[in-house]
Amino acid sequence: MTHAAGIEVATLRADFPILNREGGRRLVYLDSAATSQKPWPVLGAMENYYRETNANVHRGVYELAAEATERFEAARDRVAAFVGTRREGLVFTKNATEALNLIAWAWGMRNLAPGDVVVTTEMEHHSNIVPWQIVAEMTGARVLFIPVDGDGQLDLQWLSVTLRTEPVRVVSVTHVSNVLGTINPVAEIARSAHSYGALVVVDGAQSVPHMPVSLAELGCDALVFTGHKMLGPTGIGVLAATPELLDGMEPFLGGGEMISDVSTDGSTWADLPWKFEAGTPPIAEAVGLGAAVDYLTMIGMAQVREHERDLTAYMMEALAEVDGLTILGPEDADLRGCPVSFAIPDVHPHDVAQLVDREGVCVRAGHHCAKPLMRTLGVTATTRASTHVYNGRDDVDALVAALQRARNFMAG
Amino acid sequence: MGLDDLYQQIILDHYRNPRHRGHLDDPGMSVDHQNPLCGDQVHLDVTIRDGRIVELAHAGDGCSISQASASMMSEAAHGKSIEDAHRAIDNVLALIHGEAPADEDLLGDAVALEGVAKYPARVRCALLGWMALRDALPAPSHAEKGAGVGQQ
Ligand SMILES: Cc1ncc(COP(=O)(O)O)c(C=O)c1O
Repeated sequence: MTHAAGIEVATLRADFPILNREGGRRLVYLDSAATSQKPWPVLGAMENYYRETNANVHRGVYELAAEATERFEAARDRVAAFVGTRREGLVFTKNATEALNLIAWAWGMRNLAPGDVVVTTEMEHHSNIVPWQIVAEMTGARVLFIPVDGDGQLDLQWLSVTLRTEPVRVVSVTHVSNVLGTINPVAEIARSAHSYGALVVVDGAQSVPHMPVSLAELGCDALVFTGHKMLGPTGIGVLAATPELLDGMEPFLGGGEMISDVSTDGSTWADLPWKFEAGTPPIAEAVGLGAAVDYLTMIGMAQVREHERDLTAYMMEALAEVDGLTILGPEDADLRGCPVSFAIPDVHPHDVAQLVDREGVCVRAGHHCAKPLMRTLGVTATTRASTHVYNGRDDVDALVAALQRARNFMAG
Repeated sequence: MGLDDLYQQIILDHYRNPRHRGHLDDPGMSVDHQNPLCGDQVHLDVTIRDGRIVELAHAGDGCSISQASASMMSEAAHGKSIEDAHRAIDNVLALIHGEAPADEDLLGDAVALEGVAKYPARVRCALLGWMALRDALPAPSHAEKGAGVGQQ
């Protein structure tokens, strides 16, 4: 099955062992917004690392340790290039959540004063809300939320008024909503926030895996993302930031690796980016993420985006055929990333997910770690389908057929 | 289909035609329970007189399992003594965790919740109404003396 964009889904699928499990039904995996599947080059790179080069990094004098360090740092170079930045600005973390906590704590604790304002949005994942609330509580700052309108778009008018009238120090927004799919105009937001001197943080957890994203082009100060949603392993995430921002920040976690010197009188910090990487890093995971980035680069991020845009448009059309089904968020697939949340009257998302699971279709039901957004939408949960490069129209067809049957089943 | 264990006809019937659904005008006790994982909610009004549940009503929002279970709970608890209601709650807990058989006299239609044991992701849904009831009742040790009290 070839798409306009030229992605051969069948060929790519062959690269993902889990999609070719022996026995049982074909897996119709439509929960990549939660976590993606991993192709063999990623699995192979990690296994090879452990089999051939495992040693701790930045420490040993022996050759094996040098090889491990080289593979770890080479992965950093590739990931940095992937998001249009330099290695000094590429900090490995545990996941996107830790990267957001890093900024909130290391920058926020030292720069926020009583009355200062942190702006985030009603459509954020909890990981871009809770760290700011904790730090605001300790510094006396306030967290304000850009409202979301009926089409799932941010109220930019609200933002410009707030920038004009409040002491806004940080604007931290998601690039793509993990519930609504909305692609936010983060470059535009960054420009206006910067003109008021605010720091701009972008949560790229749902954008970096699916479309070309460049820190330089977005014009933000920091971009976070997470390895496991971009065909890489769990246990690794990224804070990509301008070296100027990182230079001006004190460390987040202290320990080994991140120091230049330690004495009983005090310590000094290692150079960027290691100043923010305390302790033994997730080495095999970094190698795996490097391989994931290579894999995505081989396909081409513009092709990935085109394939998924096309598939999302197809999905939205197909879903509309289910009686009464409503899709949340923007109507135009051009304005959306991969997550597609929907509601079926009188069938709770929990039941939807359970009933389609019996046909081998994996979708997510729940609040998607976005409870403020759920309140705005006036729902407690949604069902969400989300794709990646290995999904094709056959997956969407299987979903829609299963949804029809679920609907009929519950209607009795 | 394997899901028949979970979605038994009797459960679907309670979901489509919930018993004791609504609110009491002047309840002796009201509690709200939420499943933080999925947002399912149950609001429960209970009136107890002379150690017995004389009236109760449930409202809320959630999946078929949570809402049907609240309906079956209300039907089972209605008219029961506090001790028997606690016994029913303990039996449902054991049943759903696959630790004990159902006591049909205590549970009524709620024996159908047995199938939930195979779906760990749904256990919290099924227990929501029952945990609300437990919250709304005086502890068994505080219940009036008499019929075999004191189950934990
Ligand atoms: C928009 C968004 N931000 C942040 C996260 C958090 O990612 P992680 O759990 O890997 O830190 C997620 C993942 O669910 C997400 O969708």
